[in-house]
Formats: sequence, C-alpha cells, structure tokens
Amino acid sequence: MNPVNYLYLAALLFTIGATGVLIRRNAIVVFMCVELMLNACNLALVAFSRMHGNLDGQIIAFFTMVVAAAEVVVGLAIIVSLFRSRHSASVDDASLMKL
Amino acid sequence: MENLIALLIAAPLLGAAVLLCGGRRLDAVGHWIGTVLAAASFVVGVVLFADMLGKDPENRAMHQFLFSWIPVGGFQADVAFQLDQLSMTFVLLITGVGSLIHVYSIGYMEHDERRRRFFGYLNLFLAAMLLLVLADNYLLLYVGWEGVGLASYLLIGFWQHKPSAATAAKKAFLVNRVGDVGLSIAIMLMFTTFGTFAFGPVLEATGEATEGKLTAIGLMLLLAACGKSAQVPLQSWLGDAMEGPTPVSALIHAATMVTAGVYLIVRSADIFNAAPDAQLVTTVVGAVTLLFGAIVGCAKDDIKKALAGSTMSQIGYMVLAAGLGPIGYVFAIMHLVTHGFFKAGLFLGAGSVMHGMNDEVDMRKYGGLRTYMPITFITFGLGYLAIIGFPGLSGFFSKDKIIEAAFAKGGTEGWILGGVALLGAAITAFYMTRVMLMTFFGEERWRNQPTASPAEPDVEPAAEHHGAAASDHVAAATGEPHPHESPRVMTIPMIVLAVGSVFAGGFFSIGDRFIHWLEPVTGHAHGHPPIGAAAVTASTVAVMVLGVGLAWLQYGRRPVPVVAPRGSLLTRAARRDLYQDDFNHVVLVRGGEHLTRSLVYVDHTLVDGVVNGTAAGMGGLSGRLRRIQNGYARSYAVSMFGGAAILIAATLLMRAV
Amino acid sequence: MSFPLLTATAVLPALGAIATAAVPAARRTAAKWLALIVSLATLVLAAVVLVRFDPDGDRYQLTESHAWIKDFGVRYELGVDGIAVAMIALTALLIPFVILAGWHDADPLETGSKRWRPTQGFFALILLVEAMVIISFEATDVFVFYIFFEAMLIPMYFLIGGFGDRAHEHGEAAAATQRSYAAVKFLLYNLVGGLIMLAAVIGLYVVAGNFSLTQIAEARANGTLDMATSTERWLFLGFFFAFAVKAPLWPLHTWLPNAMQESTAPVAVLITAVVDKVGTFAMLRFCLQLFPEASTWATPAILVLALISIIYGALLAVGQRDIKRLVAYASISHFGFIILGIFAMTSQGQSGATLYMVNHGISTAALMLVAGFLISRRGSRLIADYGGVQKVAPVLAGTFLIGGLATLSLPGLAPFVSEFLVLVGTFARYPVIGIIATVGIVLAALYTLVLYQRTMTGPVKAEVEGMPDLRVRELVVVAPLIALLIFLGVYPKPVTDIVNPAVKQTLSDVQKKDPQPEVEASK
Repeated sequence: MNPVNYLYLAALLFTIGATGVLIRRNAIVVFMCVELMLNACNLALVAFSRMHGNLDGQIIAFFTMVVAAAEVVVGLAIIVSLFRSRHSASVDDASLMKL
Repeated sequence: MENLIALLIAAPLLGAAVLLCGGRRLDAVGHWIGTVLAAASFVVGVVLFADMLGKDPENRAMHQFLFSWIPVGGFQADVAFQLDQLSMTFVLLITGVGSLIHVYSIGYMEHDERRRRFFGYLNLFLAAMLLLVLADNYLLLYVGWEGVGLASYLLIGFWQHKPSAATAAKKAFLVNRVGDVGLSIAIMLMFTTFGTFAFGPVLEATGEATEGKLTAIGLMLLLAACGKSAQVPLQSWLGDAMEGPTPVSALIHAATMVTAGVYLIVRSADIFNAAPDAQLVTTVVGAVTLLFGAIVGCAKDDIKKALAGSTMSQIGYMVLAAGLGPIGYVFAIMHLVTHGFFKAGLFLGAGSVMHGMNDEVDMRKYGGLRTYMPITFITFGLGYLAIIGFPGLSGFFSKDKIIEAAFAKGGTEGWILGGVALLGAAITAFYMTRVMLMTFFGEERWRNQPTASPAEPDVEPAAEHHGAAASDHVAAATGEPHPHESPRVMTIPMIVLAVGSVFAGGFFSIGDRFIHWLEPVTGHAHGHPPIGAAAVTASTVAVMVLGVGLAWLQYGRRPVPVVAPRGSLLTRAARRDLYQDDFNHVVLVRGGEHLTRSLVYVDHTLVDGVVNGTAAGMGGLSGRLRRIQNGYARSYAVSMFGGAAILIAATLLMRAV
Repeated sequence: MSFPLLTATAVLPALGAIATAAVPAARRTAAKWLALIVSLATLVLAAVVLVRFDPDGDRYQLTESHAWIKDFGVRYELGVDGIAVAMIALTALLIPFVILAGWHDADPLETGSKRWRPTQGFFALILLVEAMVIISFEATDVFVFYIFFEAMLIPMYFLIGGFGDRAHEHGEAAAATQRSYAAVKFLLYNLVGGLIMLAAVIGLYVVAGNFSLTQIAEARANGTLDMATSTERWLFLGFFFAFAVKAPLWPLHTWLPNAMQESTAPVAVLITAVVDKVGTFAMLRFCLQLFPEASTWATPAILVLALISIIYGALLAVGQRDIKRLVAYASISHFGFIILGIFAMTSQGQSGATLYMVNHGISTAALMLVAGFLISRRGSRLIADYGGVQKVAPVLAGTFLIGGLATLSLPGLAPFVSEFLVLVGTFARYPVIGIIATVGIVLAALYTLVLYQRTMTGPVKAEVEGMPDLRVRELVVVAPLIALLIFLGVYPKPVTDIVNPAVKQTLSDVQKKDPQPEVEASK
C-alpha cells in the first residue's frame, strides 16, 4: 500500500482535531480533539519513518505518546478543578486572561 | 599717594554696606554715617587733587593696581585704578556735589521712615560712580556703569509702593541695559581687535586698527552713552525717572550719572578722533537731543519734568561738543562741571519748593513764591541765570564755547550744528524763564487750591503721575498749602551750589585754566568760527534775550491759567515727549507682549505638543491592540493556527520559487 | 595604596542616605540633622579634594583604577580635572543649603494625619542624588559614568513625583496628578536620551574595545585608534543627545518647566543647579575629548540651538505667570549660554562656561530658595497673587532682588564674570552669534525686573499683609549664598585658576587655538 495514503489520513485527522479545538466549547471535547491532533502527528511520524526507512520517526512517536499521557494527567486535573469551582466545563467561561 | 585712590571708593562702599546690612539699629544715625563717609571721600579727593597740582602737568596721572580680576588666556581684566586730570575733575564733582546732596537729604528725607536705606543707596551710588570714573579699563568701567544703573534703579523706585515709581525704575534700568549692550559689544570688539581693553594700551594702539573697526567701536560706545546720558533714541527713561526723591534727581539724574556718557566719549577720545563717521553721528545725536529736550522742556507743567527736559538738552550740548573732537572735548567737560553746579542747584531748589508746597509739582499751582521762600528764590534764580547763559555766570562761559566750537567745525556741517546750538540756547532761555515766572512770579495760584488733585485734562495719565500719591513723607496732602522756607540743612547746600553756578565758569576761563588742566589727557585744538568768536558770543546773548522776552510775553505779562490750555499741536506733542514713548509702547511693549504670549502658546502646543502627542499616540495604539486579547482560548488558538498556516504557506512558496 | 578620596566623597553621602532612611519614623528631626551633618561632612571631603588638587599638575589627579567587569573591559576608574573639581565643590556646597531650605518640606501635612509623608525618604533621596552626581563628575570610565548618569533619574523621579508644594490652587488631588505628570515627563525624556546614549556607549566599545576615557582619548590623539568619520559623528550625536536633554537644550527643554514647577523649591534647585550640570559637564568631558572632529563638525548647528535657547528661554520667561516656571525658563536661557561657551571653542568661552555652571548653580539656588520661602508663606506660585511684599518683608524682598540681579548678570556679582567671558569667547570666533546672544542680557533684565516689580512693589495686597520676614534658618540659607555671589563676582580668580589649565587641555584635544587679536596678528 502506498504510505502516502497514511499521510492523507493523518492530515484529515489533524484537520478534524483542529476544527474541534476551534469550534467546540466543552473543555473535555476540546481536550480530546487535541489528543486527536497529537495522534494524527504520530501517524504521520510513523508513516515518514516507514518511507525513509529509519526509526527516528517511530522514536519520536513514542516520545509524543509519553508526553500525551503526561498531558492527560495534568489537563484532566485542571479541567476537573475548573469544573468544581465553576460548575461548567465551557472554555468560554474561563476568559479572565485579558486586561 | 596712589594708594589713596581705592579709599575714594572704599569709604562710600563701606557706608552702603553698613547702612544696608545694619538693620533698624542704625535708623537714628544712618544719615550721619552716610554723609560723613561721603564727605570723607571728598576730603580724600581734595588731598589727591592738591598732590596732583604739585606735579608736572604731563606726569599727573596716578595708577593703582589692586588685583587681577578675570585672568583667562589672553583675556586679562584687572581691578586697577587710574586717576588723571579727567578722572580728578569727576571725582571732585561727584564727591563734592554728592556730599552737599547728602546734607540736603538729611532735611528733605527727615520724615521718611526708610531714610537709613536712602542714604545706603546714595552711598552705593557714589561708590559705583567713582568706580566708573576711576577704572583703568573698560570692563571695570562697565561694573561702575551698571552699578550706577542699579543705584539709579533703587533710588527712582525708592517709593516702591507707588506703582508709577516702580515702573519708572524698571524702565530706566531696561533702557540703560539696551545701552549696556553697546558697551559690551564695544569691549568685545576691543578685545578681538587689540587683545586688551585697558584704556592705555587700547588708546595707544588705535593707529594700528582699521577705521571700520574703530567706527564700529565708536558707534557702540555712543550707543552706551545714549542709554546712560538719555540721548535720543534712548532718552525716554529720564522724564519718568523724576519719580524718585528730588535729591536723587539732582545728584544722579542731573549732575553726575547722566553725564557718564560724556565721560565715556571723552575718555575714548583717541578712538573717536580716528573715526570721523562715529564723530559725525555723535554730533548729530547731540544736536537732535538738545533740541528734543528743549522742546519737551517748554511744554511740561511738572517742574521736575521741565528740568529733566532741560538736563537732556544740556547733555545734548556736551555730547555735541564731544563729537566735535579736540576742539570740543575740554568744553564738553567744562559744561559738564558747570552744569553739575547749576542743575543740581535748580533741582534742589525745586525740591525745596515742593517741600514747602505739600509736594505739589504742577507749576500751574505755584506762583508768587518769591516772598515766601527768599533763599530758594535767590539760589534758584542764580542757577536760572547760569543755565540761560547770562553773561558772566558759569553757563555763559561753557555754553558759548560749545557754540563757538560747533561753528568752528567748518563747512555746512559747522553752520548747521552751530545754528542748532544757537536755537537751543534761545529755547533754553524760553523754557527756563517760563519755569521761573510760573514758580516765583505772578499770582498766587495755590490760594484756594487743594494741591495734588488728580484731575488734569489733556494730560496723559501714564506719563504724568503726579496725582494722588505724591510722596511718602507728608501725611496729608490736601488743603491749601502754606509755603515756607526750607530748614537750613537744605538751604546751605543750595547756597553753596549757587555760588558755584555763579563763579565756576569764570574761574575756569581765566587764563584758559580749564583747558590747560585737561589738555594733557584729552588734547585740545583751538577752533576758529568762520564768523569770529565775538560775533558768536554776541548772537548767543541776543538769542538768550530773545528767548527770555518771548517767555515774558507768554507767561509774565498774562496770568497763567491753572488748568493747562489745550495748546498747539506742537505743545501737545511735546507734553507727550514728542510721541516717542507712545511709539515705544506700541512697537516694543505691545509687540513684545504679543511675541511672548504667542511663544508661550507655541511652546505649550507645538514643542510640548509633539512630545505629548507621541505619548498620546502610543497610548491610543496600545489601547487598540489590547482589544485583541479577549481571553477566549479559541481565538488565541485561531491566531496560532493562522500563524502556523501562514508560516507553512510561506515556506512552501519559498520552495516553489 | 593611598586613601581613595574620590570614592569616599561619593560613598559618604550614599551611606548617609541609607542611614537617614533607616532612622525610625518617629524620630523625624534626628533624620534631618543626620542628613545635614552628612552633607556637611561631604562638603569637608570636597574641600579636601579641592585643596589636594594641583591646578598645574597632571590632567587627571587623585585617580583610582580597579578592574570591574573584565570581560567587557569595564574598569572602575575615577579621576578629576579642574572642571570636575569645580563641579564637585559646587555640588557639595549646595546640598547643605538644599537640605536646610527643605527642612519642613517633607513634614506630615497635619499632625496626626494618616497620610504617609516619608520625611526620612526625602532627605535620603537628596543625599543619594548627591552621591550619584559626585561620582558622575569623577568617573573617567564611560560605562561607570553612564550607570550613574542614568541611575540618578530614580531618586530624582521620586523627589519630583513624591514631594510637591504644600498648597495648590486646584486642591491636593489635582496637584498629585500634575506632579506625577511632571515626574513621568522628566523620567521619559531622560530615559530616551539615556537609551540613545547607551547605543552610542556600546558602539564606542565595539570601535575602541574598552570604556576608558583616558585610553580612548589618548589613542584618538596619537592616531592609534582610527574612527570612520560617519561612525564618529553618529557616536557623538548619541552622546550629545543625552546631554542635551539633561542640560536642557532647545527643543528638548519642555520637561524642565514642568519638573521645576511641580517640585518643591529645594528639589527644583537640585534639578537645575546640580543634576542638569552633569549634562553640560559631560559635553565638555566626553563629547569634546572622545569625538573632537565630530564636535567641530556639529558646532554650527549646536551654536544655533544654543542661541535659540538663550533668546527663546528668556522670551518665554517674560511671558510666565508662575514664579517657578519663570525661573525654569530663565535657566533654559542660561544653559544656552553655557552650551554656547563650550562650543565656541575658545579658552574664554569654555572657562566662562565652567564658571557659568558654578555661578548659575549659586545664583539660581539663591533666587529659587527665596522664591520658595515666599511661596510657602502665601501658598501660591502665581505672580499675580503677590504685590507689595517689599513693604511687609523687606529682608525677603532684598534677598530676592539680589538673587534676581545675579540672574540678570549684574556686574559685581558672580554670574557677570562668566556671562561676559562666554560672550567675549563666542564673539572672538563668531561675532554675529556673539552680538545676538548679547541681546539676551536685555531680556534677562526684563523678566527679572518684571518679576520683582509685580511681586515686591506696589500697594500691599490683602493676602500679603502680615507676611513674616525671613526666619533665622532661612537667613542662614540665603546669606552665605549671597556672600559667595559677591565674592566670586569680585574675586573669581580662585576658580579660574583651577579651571583654566583643564580648559587649555580640552581645547588642545579639539585642536583649537584662541583667535589672535587683529592688531597683533597684523604685526
């Protein structure tokens, strides 16, 4: 199978994730969309690894997974505590970062 | 002997310091301290004079070096004094007349609570004036020059609570400053031309400089002289200066300070001799001023202002004579000395009249005072005869010589200058007779006249302030005055000055004493008027008689109206100083006000505006930019994605190219 | 190693500042006395510097040199020439008067008031400014100079913004707004100047490889350090801009009237008589020595700007209605004279300019402090609110007049000597500029006498009635200043003797000689 097709899939997944980050308000959904984008990157990395015939891309993909796992831990914790204090998981409610 | 020179200045300077810093403790004795120190200076002057007489005429100059004042590179200014015959003449005049006026002031200022300070200022004036005439270089002269200006400022404005006095003082100082610019520039020119500004080296080196430079220096010195000596076009301050107490008018604004300009020109004789153009301008200034002052003097009803016009005119004679070169220098100084006697006497007489008349200065409210104030009448009368040039009295000798010298100038120039001088003599006789008649003869117009009434038709209020607040030392100035003779402390100085007015001229002229005395300093050349000296003298006497006669027709035969008549166009112009003050007011004062006001506006809106505008612009811009930060994570994400997309697109584009 | 006299002179007031600030809040008077004693001790040290300095000796004396930041070639180098000695003496002399005159300026507004007025801070800041100014005069390392030149802004900012006149026509809130405007304006102007100078300092380092004034000047003189003409000009402009802001030169002057108007009189004296002098001093020391050719190149433009300052400042002074603003504009005019003298490039001009810095410091201090006493009595800065003070308080009026006469350069008082030297020095090389500048003396008479006439003479105004005359403390402040004005007017030789050799050196740096008098030249 032509590895380029995996790249198309990765691009599609990345776009879906990015669109989700931009238009959804629920923090959990936004968070999952971010994960989707990360995994789209992983897919692309593995595909490149295959295309170039070395393992660099796969190694980076492992790194990304570890980072993503760590991110889930921290991110979910933030969302939970935000929900506890505001009783809402909408990202628009947390717009205090302005003058 | 040389070491005594500094003492001349030190005595009055010490007086000024003690009196001005001493505080109220010295109120009781202050006037005596001032008078004694002035007299001490006079005594020192006489001692030095006697010493000088004992020497050979060519070696009479004395020199005293005190210390190096400003040494910077080639610029070397010393504090050093030079006492030659010219300076000696001034020293005796200044300290002599000065001491007399100190004595007079003891009586005149008796009721003024600030008398101590008055004497402090007088002493300060004496010190500065002596410094002026004793300095051995132009820069030190400049110190004295401004010093007398300061003393004059303080004394004109002595009654500071009167706004008119404060204004007059300020005006005098400012107009003098304009003249001082001339002196500054002259000194700078001397420094760049000769590398020095000490009298000796500069005057010796005049032969080596170009005529253009010398003319420039001469004209700048003339500008300085115009300021200090109230010559056209810087004459406007002298009339207003009469706001000061009368002894001040007598000492500073008649006998000594205002003649400093003549001293400056005569002192710089070598420069003027080598710059004929500067001399010509000097004679023109003198001629114009002598007519100007005389015409103004004819129209003033304020006795002091009439005398001020006369002073201006007489100094015009001196400046004219000084501009004539070696044929005139000696006579300029001789007239200066005789004028010092008779004009000081006239002013003291006027002060005495005012003293007896509740400080009224309007001559239209005098009249018939000769029986009430006999001593004042006689001394004033002698001064009057001297100034109009009555044969045998001081003014006759000195003024006649100047008119002769003017004719002797030669050519059309000589005829014009001589003619103007003669005309001036006629007008002098006219206005002085007018003063005399209005004050001492005729009806007693002060009867049933509450003096010092403010209402005066057709008199410019700004120019003639002798209204409500005449002076400080008479508590109530209303009700009919009771003319009386002044106390002896005032009359004795008047008598002494009257004696001088009578005899000084004759004394100087016997055997050409004065000429021989000054010749080693100023040089002298005998002038020969084209019509002969006797003819000049005869016509001088003739025009004098004519002037007196005309005045008698106008003011002696007919009663003088108490309220000034409207008068002819010329009279009205002369009352307002020939509109020169109005011109200054419109052009300089108003123009200056507009200029400063618009500059304040420009500074605030333009210069400052640029800065404040930049600051405001920055603030506005950051305000706009701030709105982009709305706090929504989504919009930050959009800008991130947008930015990333642009970067990728740019990278691809670069690849493609 | 000998005793580091110069460091001590600067460090003493700095330590004094810390000690003063540390005095407990309740012991206000003790803090004042401490500050006064420290400033007097500094004056003693400055006097020692003055005595130890040999006018005919080396160019820089009492030098100290220690490595500081080796990687950048920064050394802690101090040294004084005649000009610096004169300026240090002036600074050390004026500070005790400033402290004494401001004795009550930082007292609490009313007893028991909750508003915090840091009395200790006021005096500590003054001492801190003194320390920084003194070390700026001493530094011969461009970097060290730059640091203190800039650091001086911090205490000045707080002095201007934090302590204003007690009474204000529009109320305390409006006064606070205007004060902070003035303080920010002061800071921004000088920071922009400093920023541009920083770029030039870095540029100088790139070209020369170190910051030492003496080394660079020497290398410039003997040709081992070559600078491209355009480089030299840009660096010169960078330095000059900062100094022209501080001096201040037209059209960079507008911060000064605001700053002087809003601060208390002693702080205004500190600004114009002490801090601003660093600007003109630095022109002489750094601009002329480091960039002689560029200085010559820029001379015509600078002379014209200086001339504009003289006339413009004087004209604006005439038009002011606020006493302090009037003095500020008069100062702008005087700074024009100083800069004119420096760039006339004659020994008379530069000696005159140095003398002018000293004399202007003393005369402005006298005038401004008396004006401050006057303002504190009536609670208004407006000229129109006064009239007839002379009758009520003759001593105050008399001292005010003497201060004014010094400002208009009356012969016999110190400023005349310096002003005439500047004029003569300018005239010798640029006659037209000299003549126009001379007109400034008429305008000076105008604004001074108008001020005196409107405030002191005329009928006594109702609000002025019963105004007390000068108190003993105030007389102690004014009398020595006036005595000094008279002394230096009659006998300026002690100062000229110190200054002349240094000026000669500076002139030889820019390779200029005094013009010869015409008569001698033709021989």
